[in-house]
Amino acid sequence: MKFEFLTTYWPFYIEGLKITIIYSVFAVIFGIILGVMLALMKLSKLKVFKAFAVSYINFVRGTPILVQIYIVYFGLFSFGISLADSTAGIVALAINSGAYVAEIVRAGIEAVDRGQIEAARSLGMSHFATTRLLVIPQAIKNILPALCNEFIVTTKNTSMLSIIGIHDLMYNTDTIRGNTLLAFEPLIIAAIIYFTISYVLTKLIGMLERRLKASDDRS
Amino acid sequence: MMIEVRNLKKNFGKNQVLRGIDVDIHKGEVVVVIGPSGSGKSTFLRCLNLLETPNEGSIVVEGETITDKRADVNKIRQKMGMVFQQFNLFSNMNIMRNMCVAPMTVKKAEKEKARERAIELLRRVGLEEKADSYPQQLSGGQKQRVAIARALAMDPDIMLFDEPTSALDPEMVGEVLAVMKELAASGMTMIVVTHEMGFAREVGDRVLFIDEGKIIEENEPKQLFENPQNQRTKDFLAKVL
Ligand SMILES: Nc1ncnc2c1ncn2[C@@H]1O[C@H](COP(=O)(O)OP(=O)(O)O)[C@@H](O)[C@H]1O
Ligand SMILES: [Mg+2]
Repeated sequence: MKFEFLTTYWPFYIEGLKITIIYSVFAVIFGIILGVMLALMKLSKLKVFKAFAVSYINFVRGTPILVQIYIVYFGLFSFGISLADSTAGIVALAINSGAYVAEIVRAGIEAVDRGQIEAARSLGMSHFATTRLLVIPQAIKNILPALCNEFIVTTKNTSMLSIIGIHDLMYNTDTIRGNTLLAFEPLIIAAIIYFTISYVLTKLIGMLERRLKASDDRS
Repeated sequence: MMIEVRNLKKNFGKNQVLRGIDVDIHKGEVVVVIGPSGSGKSTFLRCLNLLETPNEGSIVVEGETITDKRADVNKIRQKMGMVFQQFNLFSNMNIMRNMCVAPMTVKKAEKEKARERAIELLRRVGLEEKADSYPQQLSGGQKQRVAIARALAMDPDIMLFDEPTSALDPEMVGEVLAVMKELAASGMTMIVVTHEMGFAREVGDRVLFIDEGKIIEENEPKQLFENPQNQRTKDFLAKVL
């Protein structure tokens, strides 16, 4: 195995990594906004909202992300909507992530103790005050660890965007493979970088979970 | 008259849980509700503060018909504190916040006033030193005493208790009953669903026996326990006494 190519090509990895991180962050932010809206729709009493959210979530979870990326990239174009490659990439990832975030958020809200909500209402607190002071803070605590996990998944999913020409870590790795005529070694470096991101995030989540748990049973 | 209930009915789908309850509750009275599991005792209490919406009948609290569609639910609930079997303290707030959150958000009480009152009430239930603790750090008995204090912080006229000691380890039942006895002695109007027959005898002014969604028999505790009239009351008492 030869890794001398790194002395010349390491900036490619750095540039690719930057793109990967930027895309992940944007995709997750939009994914969270979309996911919260979908979760509220799914929990809503209005049948139209509920039906829309359920279909959306099932569709996204039941189809490969590659198909979703192509639909956004080529499909919208054939409807006369032309997005910049970068926008299409982020939109596709956010559409995907939104469905998973929606399920995380819904589960987090549903896990809030009904008894505590009733106790608040029995004290005369309004639905709004109960939501603000009880449901949201407790739901966030339930949701946070799973949400960080979703960030890891999205980071890995950005590698799919190389297919529509986004110069992310995976795309640049392919470029290096072409230039150096090394089939394997550049991939190992890419894998190590992806793994390191996941590993660090996983550790951070672990710390976060321990802190949340500690605040649950302070003693 | 504190509470007047007339022909109160409640169904869950096809299941009629309350089948016409009529009862009057006077100011300062302690009414104990007993009956088999699933007979509708919780549903009855929950209808009184509109946690469940009755299907038929009327409830008048201090002259106001609360079953009226135009009634202000949040206002009505302020008059009625409720204590639950599972305590239901707010797990994301410390004890002080648990005590102050409703007075401050609902009654717009000033923070200092609310805290003073909270300390006073915590002292009354013997838990002043727990103000900064979180619910998870308290024993069951302590949680329930806080829950009672929290309800009292809204200065209710009526207190509803739904099996307040049923989820407690036996050695903690006494401390909660002691708080409830003190409350009864202070003149609070109380409706208490419980299996603690000793409590019913000692502090109850009246006992209602509910079965299958109806009040089958009601009487002074001594009379009802020693000389039940209805066969179903007799059968039930034979099992629990
Ligand atoms: N929210 C609900 N939805 C459907 N059925 C309910 C609900 N709450 C209570 N019930 C039913 O009503 C009946 C009476 O319940 P409950 O009032 O809790 O009885 P008790 O407190 O006397 O044990 C039970 O059969 C119970 O299954
Ligand atoms: Mg019950």
